[in-house]
Amino acid sequence: MSTQHTSHPPLYVGCATGFSGDRTDGAGPVVDTLIALGGGVLNFETLAERTLALAQIEKRKNPALGYEPLLADLVGPVLKRCLDHKIQIVSNFGAANPQAAAQRIFALAREQNLRQPRIAVVFGDDLTQPAQLKFLLNKLGSDIDPARVVSANAYIGAFEIAQALKEGADIVVTGRVSDPSLTLGPAIAHFGWDMDDWHKMGCGTMAGHMLECGTQVSGGYYSVPGQKSVPGMDRIGFPIAEIRADGSFSVFKAANTGGLVDDRTGREQILYEVHDPARYLTPDVTADITQATITQEGPDRIRIEGIQGHTRPAELKVNVCYDNGFLAEAEISYAGFRARERAALAGETVRKRIGHLLPLRVDLIGAISIFGDDAGELMGKGLPESRDVRLRVAGVHIDKEVAEKILREVTSLYCCGPAGGGGVRTSLRPRLDTLSCTIPRESVPCGYHFVEEQRA
Amino acid sequence: MNATIVQPSIQLPLYQLAHGRAGDKGNTSNISVIAWDAACFELLVAQATEEKVAQWFGYRHPIQVTRYVLPKLHAMNFVLEGILDGGVNDALNLDTHGKGLSFWMMDMPIDVPKTLAETLNVKEYRHTA
Repeated sequence: MSTQHTSHPPLYVGCATGFSGDRTDGAGPVVDTLIALGGGVLNFETLAERTLALAQIEKRKNPALGYEPLLADLVGPVLKRCLDHKIQIVSNFGAANPQAAAQRIFALAREQNLRQPRIAVVFGDDLTQPAQLKFLLNKLGSDIDPARVVSANAYIGAFEIAQALKEGADIVVTGRVSDPSLTLGPAIAHFGWDMDDWHKMGCGTMAGHMLECGTQVSGGYYSVPGQKSVPGMDRIGFPIAEIRADGSFSVFKAANTGGLVDDRTGREQILYEVHDPARYLTPDVTADITQATITQEGPDRIRIEGIQGHTRPAELKVNVCYDNGFLAEAEISYAGFRARERAALAGETVRKRIGHLLPLRVDLIGAISIFGDDAGELMGKGLPESRDVRLRVAGVHIDKEVAEKILREVTSLYCCGPAGGGGVRTSLRPRLDTLSCTIPRESVPCGYHFVEEQRA
Repeated sequence: MNATIVQPSIQLPLYQLAHGRAGDKGNTSNISVIAWDAACFELLVAQATEEKVAQWFGYRHPIQVTRYVLPKLHAMNFVLEGILDGGVNDALNLDTHGKGLSFWMMDMPIDVPKTLAETLNVKEYRHTA
């Protein structure tokens, strides 16, 4: 450890969303806490695997859209405080259209009579140019029609984010980057870490990993009544990491909020979506948590040490999303005596009528549903008694008219089905499938630039 | 002969001894199993084996079950390949991610020596013969 590095004050990074669709009121307490600590960085993580494909569909309909639909709700309430207190915002809420997201933020600043922020946009993750798609589909060995591809994005790393912050960005807007890079990038910029200092890359990455699902480390996705209690779940605080120059870090939550940060919430989250704990792969590093420790450092505060890092993967991961037909789902409820038997008979009736047209899944919600497998093997082992059962029939077909038959058949159970069925609800949605591969870094021409405000 | 079997023991569901969370990538689920109490970690390592977990999830026909043991966290990470009916892409399950599957894991029975169970402050359990 060089004295040059240890002389740096710690960096505080807060994360105010864990996915697109998360609560939008988490940022206020995080920003207030960062201000009290003397500043820091605010992350919004808003891109699950599918979110980007949905954003591409929006962008096709309207070239000014395709970024996080709740952007204004997320940023609007905290933009003034962030600009006044030099809290940088780093987020992947640019989704399929980071340029348009940047313009929306300029407009927000103008609406609030704030100074114009310096906004940098990271580009290059989008690989939907015809030549790129051809290359990807070839690499995937897929014969799908390129016209069915909705989105194709590489997961890019922390370098561009770090450079933009070093050059004075107030806000960095990205599309697809690896989630932990949203935190690692600011740490690289703050501490001046070298990008081949694998230990530090591992530490910053795992700090980001702990933050990237928002409250999943601070009491969300944790509570079991009577066993694991979490206070104030209606106002759970979003998490903040204190990252130190030596790479060790602590995680706590925004002040004056509900929720819980302890060694148990921490252990659940550090292993979340991890496969081999010695090889957690990101574009930036191969992180290794096999020697990690999590200790309670104080109330709602844990300290994570022992993270290791190894050389980053040679290639970048790419997701290709494509249209693959329609998902049809329809439900009807049965209650009272022999409810389970009536719901099961209704399911069998639908199977007899259209089971030859497409594979169907039948759930008896209230008896067996989400534990069950698509083939119905678990259900075949026996059903628990239940007096309030909701039949769900689901299927996918490339042809919309075939998929729609599920909706019609369940609806017609109102009159033609077993006694006492009620409460039909139906849904038909386009189905998006994902293919993944890795490609050489040279095939992903990523970079960043500062954006000018475009006024109509 | 395993020493834990010789002693009088009771059978407890895993959730009395551990907590955990499920995550997904494609058709693979990872489920953490984290000891509530460091005192029962060794017991969990001895009993929550790859074979037993593969059997417990047998109706989902895992292609492979790999267990990673993290002694410093008193935790194990189970990676179950091929149990999500295709996962977010292809499954017809309401829960395409298999987010609820940690709770299937947590019902797995574990034999616990009575002497250990008494120190764990366990509220509900059933006796084995």
